[in-house]
Amino acid sequence: MSLRPRCKVGRGYHTYAMLSIFADVRLWEIVALSLEVSLAAVLLATAIGLPLGAAVAVARFPGRAALVVLLNALMGLPPVVVGLAVYLLLSRAGPLGGLGLLFTPGAMVFAQTVLITPIIAALARQAIEDAWREYEEQLRSLGVHGTRAALTLIWDTRFSLVTAVLAGLGRASAEVGAVMIVGGNIDGVTRVMTTTIALETSKGDLPLALGLGVVLIAIVLVLNAAAMLIKEAAQRRYG
Amino acid sequence: MLPLRLQEVSFLHIIKPVSLAIEAGPSTIILGANGAGKSVLMRLMHGLLAPTSGAVSWNSKGGQAMVFQRPVMLRRSALANVEYALRAAGQAAGGAMDALREVGLAHLAGKPARVLSGGEQQRLALARAWALHPEVLFLDEPTASLDPSATREIEHVIQAFDAAGTKIVMATHNLGQARRLADEVIYLHQGRVLERAPVERFFSKPATAEAAAFIKGELPWG
Repeated sequence: MSLRPRCKVGRGYHTYAMLSIFADVRLWEIVALSLEVSLAAVLLATAIGLPLGAAVAVARFPGRAALVVLLNALMGLPPVVVGLAVYLLLSRAGPLGGLGLLFTPGAMVFAQTVLITPIIAALARQAIEDAWREYEEQLRSLGVHGTRAALTLIWDTRFSLVTAVLAGLGRASAEVGAVMIVGGNIDGVTRVMTTTIALETSKGDLPLALGLGVVLIAIVLVLNAAAMLIKEAAQRRYG
Repeated sequence: MLPLRLQEVSFLHIIKPVSLAIEAGPSTIILGANGAGKSVLMRLMHGLLAPTSGAVSWNSKGGQAMVFQRPVMLRRSALANVEYALRAAGQAAGGAMDALREVGLAHLAGKPARVLSGGEQQRLALARAWALHPEVLFLDEPTASLDPSATREIEHVIQAFDAAGTKIVMATHNLGQARRLADEVIYLHQGRVLERAPVERFFSKPATAEAAAFIKGELPWG
């Protein structure tokens, strides 16, 4: 089933057709599903990535340097490879096949969580380690260490951590490869902004693809602006 | 918890083996040029560094605090910074405001600590220490990056600690400050303790040529 209104390449576009796409409820359903999936992934990735980043920042153990390199490298994970790996895990014959998650929004959340946990962990590690370098002597002098020190550092770097989380959200909402593979791009079930853009462009339904593209870019812009504003306002307010 | 004893304590090549005892009572100033090892010696005493060889021992476990050259402020209000120190020490946070009053920062209690001026931040660091009622207070060049009026305020607070019975152990390269605050001087030169003397004697009759040269060389800026 195709979405109205529809334009054929080469016939030229009418402003009306371009704008009326934003009145299409299907477009907003796709946007909503995208945000639900990406926000859920960000919540999970934050719950895993923040403590992981804090632990790597503060703890000293053999192989730590290698772990830091690995975390940083994983920030650049190719989404299609993550998609493939999660697909294999979740497929009927895979180790997690029993969950029956493949081709559901749950699978997309899974894949995006894998994709952005390293981003949040690596950025958090950097921010917390910088703070630790500044605070270490003072905290040790006050007799603060372990979990209490980690919590203090997380609280004191909270604005940098918001930026890290927003970076994860931006990456999750903009990627296409992972959700395409594990979600299957099923109309009305697992079709999100990026996969719809890819599909509709190849089908020639450019107004819907462009409309979603505009929404997606707006979201990414707003996220980045918010990250910058929060950080700057906090810098002025709290030093 | 005093006396604090150092027995043949060394640290890498920075501190050569040194034995000394820090007794309760009059203020002790560790004097020496930049790079003499003052900061490292204080950190060994405070327990922030473990000696390469030798032993640091306290008479008993008790309260000690340290104020650093560059104050480290947590990203929260001035009052919350003091309360944090109290909670970390397992004490009720009720005395925090009194400590701010003591250093003249009560009117800035609600301000974020990291936007305070350098002098105010250092006074806040002192309030954090004050709230803990330490038996010994270590100060590592607390006025090195402050202007004269902020320096004067800091010195007033240090004198108040002294008057309240806290043992002051402070590192400085500022001779004027040493004269104003010290009862006794430990002179450190290239990682070695060369002299330990009451302040008047140290300045009028330094026992070593190095100390004499240091006093002569530093005096115009002291």
